[in-house]
Amino acid sequence: MTLSVDIRHRFGDFAVEARFESAGRLTALFGPSGSGKSTLINLIAGLIRPDKGRIDVDGRVLVDTEARIFVPMHKRRIGMVFQDARLFPHMSVAGNLRYGRWFTPSSERYAKMDAVVELLGIAHLLDRRPAKLSGGEKQRVAIGRALLASPKLLLMDEPLASLDEARKAEILPYIERLRDETKIPIVYVSHSVAEVARLASDVVVLSQGKVAAAGPTEEIMQRLDLLPAEERGEGGAVLDAKVLRHDEAFGMTVLGSPAGEIRVPKLAMAAGAPVRIRIRARDVMIATERPAGLSALNILAGTITAVRPGIGPTVEIAIDCNGAIVLARITEQSKHTLRLALGQQVFAVIKTVSFDSATTGAGLPSEADG
Amino acid sequence: MNWLLDLTPDEWNAVRLSIKVATVAMIASLPPGILLALLLARGRFWGKTLLNGLVHLPLILPPVVTGYLLLLTFGRRGPAGVFLAEHFGIVFSFRWTGAALACGVMGFPLMVRAIRLSIEAVDRRIEAAAGTLGANPLWVFVTITLPLILPGLIAGAILSFAKAMGEFGATITFVSNIPNETQTLPSAIYTFTQVPGGDEGALRLTLISIAISMVALIASEVLARRVGRRMDIE
Repeated sequence: MTLSVDIRHRFGDFAVEARFESAGRLTALFGPSGSGKSTLINLIAGLIRPDKGRIDVDGRVLVDTEARIFVPMHKRRIGMVFQDARLFPHMSVAGNLRYGRWFTPSSERYAKMDAVVELLGIAHLLDRRPAKLSGGEKQRVAIGRALLASPKLLLMDEPLASLDEARKAEILPYIERLRDETKIPIVYVSHSVAEVARLASDVVVLSQGKVAAAGPTEEIMQRLDLLPAEERGEGGAVLDAKVLRHDEAFGMTVLGSPAGEIRVPKLAMAAGAPVRIRIRARDVMIATERPAGLSALNILAGTITAVRPGIGPTVEIAIDCNGAIVLARITEQSKHTLRLALGQQVFAVIKTVSFDSATTGAGLPSEADG
Repeated sequence: MNWLLDLTPDEWNAVRLSIKVATVAMIASLPPGILLALLLARGRFWGKTLLNGLVHLPLILPPVVTGYLLLLTFGRRGPAGVFLAEHFGIVFSFRWTGAALACGVMGFPLMVRAIRLSIEAVDRRIEAAAGTLGANPLWVFVTITLPLILPGLIAGAILSFAKAMGEFGATITFVSNIPNETQTLPSAIYTFTQVPGGDEGALRLTLISIAISMVALIASEVLARRVGRRMDIE
């Protein structure tokens, strides 16, 4: 799938002027509130008609103001999951799920009711009314409803923003499954580094209605300057790792990553399962010699490949550990004292307890509490 | 008790006619009522205030004036009356259909008001969600909007029915007071009060009129509550 957007739209004082292309499995539109990401996704869905521009999905032109093309939303076959679920209050959960099937030509129906219900763990909710569901359940039903219309592209507009942390943790694994087990490309709007780092294959960063940067998640997450101020502390390296084994005696899980073995608090995942972890730059210490007599368990050897001024009296140091980049954020003073320079051999030190569910993800909840 | 149900044939006819007139007036008003309510709730066009005023006119004008205007337009020599009689064979003047028209017009503002309020309360974002699932605007209206405004629809319909049951001024002006044709309950009661010894008949019909209105009101309450429970909107 390739999504290509080149749009100019303004209402009131606010203008969106964005141009990007994406071919990722899950593309995140990322930026602080008011950056225009929701406007952009509404433009793709067809809820807003742009002043000027062009949108096409896999060569199918949805909008081209110059050629006077505007495909109405009901003909776009683009699924949308809204922040506020928007379930139909007068229908049961099953009725909500079936709604989109009606309007999909049978030759293009690829989504199967049973499979979607199983994927999202909502079998026990089918007879209920939307008003009787929790926030997390509503959002899962909304995802199922969009999927069952067999869309060619799925848009998710901050689907977790109105949920508390526990509910977020409940839904995230389902979105991961959706990304990995279905073939539908997803565009995901979010302002949370944790969500984007965990879910996205590609990121488009928006700032004041414009595209500030776009690229693979691993690259974008290291550009701390792109992150909104309140989320800057969350930025850092994103590594795709694998569960090697569990250390039952100490309640830890050992992950294999390109940068080396990394010990994290125990994860509810089987050996061999893929895990995407985020190492916050502020959680990484730098040592010039392999440290001894230190409580931190993760010590990764590497070479300094970049030194950038950070926010305030800090510097950001990129360390190439066996091909994977780990980012460290330290004070100017430390850099000065250690005389850190490009090409220098150093050790990145990360405490095991600095990993949490937001940076390692958690396994699927068991059936009982799903 | 016996004297209450021991109605003369003419009195029975008045009761039956009233129910028929009110039912037809209510049902015939629904489609244009929904359409106008939609226009007023969601339309953005020049002259909306004027249209709103026109719809509400029967509420403000003396019923005699409304009846007289109907007579001028839909009467035997009125332009609309001539047109409808020639092309469709529909005649209003001095027929029960005319009584239904008068009652429908008088109840129309009440109906439109109730439906309009319920349309304005519909969350349009839910309609947009249906659009993204592939429903075109007409399907969205049928499958989402209409079910969501059902309580308002019921309320509007019952108000229109109740208004039609009690309508007197416009009806008697437009189609007169002909037993078995245009003599509805209020006209019959009025006739009884005009003749010596008619008190008993007037009282009987009054009580029946109260009973019918109460039943209609209670039925609408029950219906609306059942719909509301099914819907369970937070």
